[in-house]
Amino acid sequence: MTSSTTTKPAAGAMLPRRRRFGAETIFRWLTTGAGTAVLVIIVAIATFLIAEAVPALRDNKENFFTYKEWFTGPADRKFGIAALAFGTVLSATIALLLAVPVALGIALFLSHYAPRRISTTLGFLIDLLAAVPSIVFGLWGRDYLVDPVKDLSAWLNEYMGWLPLFGGDGPFGKSVLLGSIVLAIMVLPIITSLSREVFMQTPKANEEAALALGATKWEMIRTSVLPYGRPGIIAAVLLGLGRALGETIALAMTLGTTFVISFNLVETGGNSIAANIANKFGEADDFGRGALIASGLVLFTITLIVNMTARAIVYRRREFR
Amino acid sequence: MKLQRLGIIAGVGLTATLALTACGSDNTTTKPGATGAAAAKIECAGGTLNVAGSSAQKNAMLEWIKAYKGACKDAKIEYNANGSGAGIQGFTAKTADFAGSDSALKDTEQPAADARCATGKAIHLPMVTGPIAIVFKVDNVDSLQLKPATLAGIFSGKITKWNAPEITADNPGAKLPDAAIQTVHRSDSSGTTENFTDYLTATAKDAWTFGKAKEWKAPGGVGSKGSDGVAADVAKTSGSIGYVEMSFAETAGLKKAKIQNGAGEFTELTPASAAKTVESAEVKGSGDDLKLKIDYNTKAAGAYPLVLVTYEIACSAGNGDKAALIKGFLTYTSSTEGQAQLTKLGYAPLAESVRVKVAAAAAKIAA
Repeated sequence: MTSSTTTKPAAGAMLPRRRRFGAETIFRWLTTGAGTAVLVIIVAIATFLIAEAVPALRDNKENFFTYKEWFTGPADRKFGIAALAFGTVLSATIALLLAVPVALGIALFLSHYAPRRISTTLGFLIDLLAAVPSIVFGLWGRDYLVDPVKDLSAWLNEYMGWLPLFGGDGPFGKSVLLGSIVLAIMVLPIITSLSREVFMQTPKANEEAALALGATKWEMIRTSVLPYGRPGIIAAVLLGLGRALGETIALAMTLGTTFVISFNLVETGGNSIAANIANKFGEADDFGRGALIASGLVLFTITLIVNMTARAIVYRRREFR
Repeated sequence: MKLQRLGIIAGVGLTATLALTACGSDNTTTKPGATGAAAAKIECAGGTLNVAGSSAQKNAMLEWIKAYKGACKDAKIEYNANGSGAGIQGFTAKTADFAGSDSALKDTEQPAADARCATGKAIHLPMVTGPIAIVFKVDNVDSLQLKPATLAGIFSGKITKWNAPEITADNPGAKLPDAAIQTVHRSDSSGTTENFTDYLTATAKDAWTFGKAKEWKAPGGVGSKGSDGVAADVAKTSGSIGYVEMSFAETAGLKKAKIQNGAGEFTELTPASAAKTVESAEVKGSGDDLKLKIDYNTKAAGAYPLVLVTYEIACSAGNGDKAALIKGFLTYTSSTEGQAQLTKLGYAPLAESVRVKVAAAAAKIAA
């Protein structure tokens, strides 16, 4: 009988009473907590990185921003981020240049051209690519992909050697090109999945309007799908870039690990901040770890800038819908 | 639909796993050990040990742990091959019960390690001899002899062709091609690089000016991660030369160069020739501390000079309730039976004169 009050509401609109510990309030607290936790974690990571990096940076005998090599043994204590940061940005950029056109092509094929059955299977396969551990990509790149890339490099060098990108006289093999190709395959699923989702959300009305006006399929995609999806594409690309910048083990295994700043893509060489951390962490002492963490801080900053740019672009384009 | 997808995932995952297993390196393959025969000699103790350190001795450790656990059901030993530096740090911070290290404690590290041992001292027990092989791949060349100075010239980038006068001088009568030399070095910092550069510094001071370090400092060449990476690169690249631990040279089936020792003979790398160098090493520590000074210019006949020794760094006393297990395990690893396991894994057993001292020191480990 006690439940009679709830089962038989009094006449008239009776709003649920706001209780101090009701589900409403608790849920609000939970979400606020989750939101705050992100901030706390980011700040904690930044604080940790800075606190660990400062002692090593203070004892560094070279300029951290302009020195290119990385010697943190007890006898040397000199390291710099220049070549590593350059290599990170270079390999990630090349990877995106390779991956984005292919990814957008796949996404458009899946969303607008492929029959539904094929589209589902292929989409699933692409997503599966994202689940392959990066060490597998690294091993595959190091042991198998290296041979075709070596041939490709020699070919590029022979016919386009006048371009500084493909110049030099060998040896070829473990180069920025190899690392970037492996990286491109690794970021492919992220960019494909996200842009496919965006393309599929294009309002049917827009597409049909374009077709009704006599547009061909390609014209329809150009005039309605791509403009509608642009903020989504940009976000997807920048997310892929974030992954490419942070990729560790695959690059540690496929780059030639040299500490020079060079735009040459085919000669053995290349390096990245994350790969260097993977290479040096195992045997590093306190100083070496501090130095590596300082490089992590630079990567953190680069990634932060990338993400903030992504956000800014997405927000700026929002009203375009 | 959901279930079907799961099935596909599982199927693909399984295939990938199988494929991976199939092409994984073979050096971890466990051969049936002489566990049964050795079991009688093993001094059993119960408890749990966490050991951390050098990856150079990982395969040896895993084999020993397997044999020891096979004989002693109450013993639980874990080896974390996270690198010598991390091992020493773990030992000092008491997260590791003893550490495996490619190099002895530095004078700056010793006090902290001694302090950790309370009533005892941190002692070095040489346990695994890991010879470093100079592996090469040159078309139509099956054997190669190198003087230390030539080796230093090649790895510092001064000698760039296989038919350079320095190399032809070391190999009278051999037909060497007019091909570029591609040197392969470790991209990760490692004890192997440290020992190799230490060797070059000691034997070819004029040709090698980069000193000794865990990081590769000479210009040029290509870096590869891990000994398996270097071995893979050498196997793939014609005209290449690199340095790896012996087991990796064996696994990858690479040709090994003969190196000239202090007596002037070019010696081939075998477990026996490597053991001779360790035998001629001078003990630098005092008492049970068996810190060695390897003489890379050793004049011992038939000695292969390019050798890495990994130590177990343990407390002579102050081990608390883990003492019995540490003592039991290290006594086993330094026994003739324990050392006999090493050869098939691509290591060299300790020379008998050294082994006896290590076994005696291990037997004195106390609580």
